[in-house]
Amino acid sequence: MSDSSTRLELVQLGCERDDRMLFSGLSLTARAGEIWQITGANGAGKTTLLRILVGLHGFFEGERRWWQPQWQQDLLYLGHQPGVREELNPLENLRYACALNHQAGDPMAALAAVGLRGFEDVPAAHLSAGQKRRVALARLWLQRKAVWVLDEPYTAIDQDGVAQLDAQMQQAAEAGSLVIYTSHHRVGDGVQRLHLENGRAEVVS
Amino acid sequence: MNTFRAALGRELLVLWRSPAEIINPLFFFVMVISLFPLAISPKPELLATVAPGVLWVAALLAVMLSLDGLFRRDQESGVLDMLLTAPVIPVVPVLAKLLAHWLLTGLPLVLISPLLGHMLQLPDGALGTVMLSLLLGTPALTIVGAIGAALTVGLNRGGILLAVLVLPLYIPVLIFGAGAVSAAAGGANVGGILAILGALLALTISLGPLAVSAGLKISSGN
Repeated sequence: MSDSSTRLELVQLGCERDDRMLFSGLSLTARAGEIWQITGANGAGKTTLLRILVGLHGFFEGERRWWQPQWQQDLLYLGHQPGVREELNPLENLRYACALNHQAGDPMAALAAVGLRGFEDVPAAHLSAGQKRRVALARLWLQRKAVWVLDEPYTAIDQDGVAQLDAQMQQAAEAGSLVIYTSHHRVGDGVQRLHLENGRAEVVS
Repeated sequence: MNTFRAALGRELLVLWRSPAEIINPLFFFVMVISLFPLAISPKPELLATVAPGVLWVAALLAVMLSLDGLFRRDQESGVLDMLLTAPVIPVVPVLAKLLAHWLLTGLPLVLISPLLGHMLQLPDGALGTVMLSLLLGTPALTIVGAIGAALTVGLNRGGILLAVLVLPLYIPVLIFGAGAVSAAAGGANVGGILAILGALLALTISLGPLAVSAGLKISSGN
């Protein structure tokens, strides 16, 4: 079951919230180079599942195993909120995220790649929701991490941005990253899909 | 270390760009203390008697009021989640945040305190002790208060709960802080009392950031 390409193993994972079973008996193996899309209705537990994966939510049963003990070194997690402080400009926000996550790369180039050239020193308070999301997404254009966990990365992103993000995610998977994201948007062919519904979780791909 | 420096720079910048967060505690401190002579009586000997307590209670409340929003905006914007999933132990960015917060909200209280002490008719010989006691005491108040702020960050109205959690822990600092100023005003040797304040500070610096990190993890759902 487990080999060197395995990045994440879930064994009988279950989570209950407010007396409601979000999902239970969730077992899967995710490998390097795969893209996993998590779908489900609002409130189905997509965000909670991602928070369990990255260690922000500790109340669950079953097991979650990453491929190495220091897995956080090689994780890129973008949460539900973009993690952008309005007092700082995009460049300052991105630099802080990089320093905290030990992520190398050229922040100016990354901001240019997500279409924020010329906005580097505009306070984030003056940016639109889509632009704030792009500041967070700029980290996908820096040093590549082995695992990407993205919570609704497409929120507030325009059409061109969606295509660009699709390409970037596929490129990361081809280069050997495992990409896990929640959205109703399908990145492309060959994406594994995990659907959460009525307390059950099933792989439909 | 680089992470700490980057985090410290970022925290100072964030605070510097929200001047209300810096000015509010200072303004509160100055206002409360300047109202006392008006409300009690301007008699020098009476003012000098209550001055240590007034200075210290005002400083304590000013610090506590500044802490309610310490982690709130980071939490709302998602920065806190990033901090907790980062490959550094949360103590590093937490310590940077506490240091930046104290430098811009606690230190101004320390710097202005001799002026306010003079206004409250404290003898000039005690003004140095006022500053020194606040210099040792306010960082301890900031760190202890941050534990409460971390535990209440997920709640919508954490203000009162924060006070209930934190005020009992503030009492030792208050007793020794105000005690040092009283002793100095009476001409006594304050070395011992200041040493106790220093010990309280050392204790909170060494254990406080760990407790703050744990509090943040609990608030996020661990």
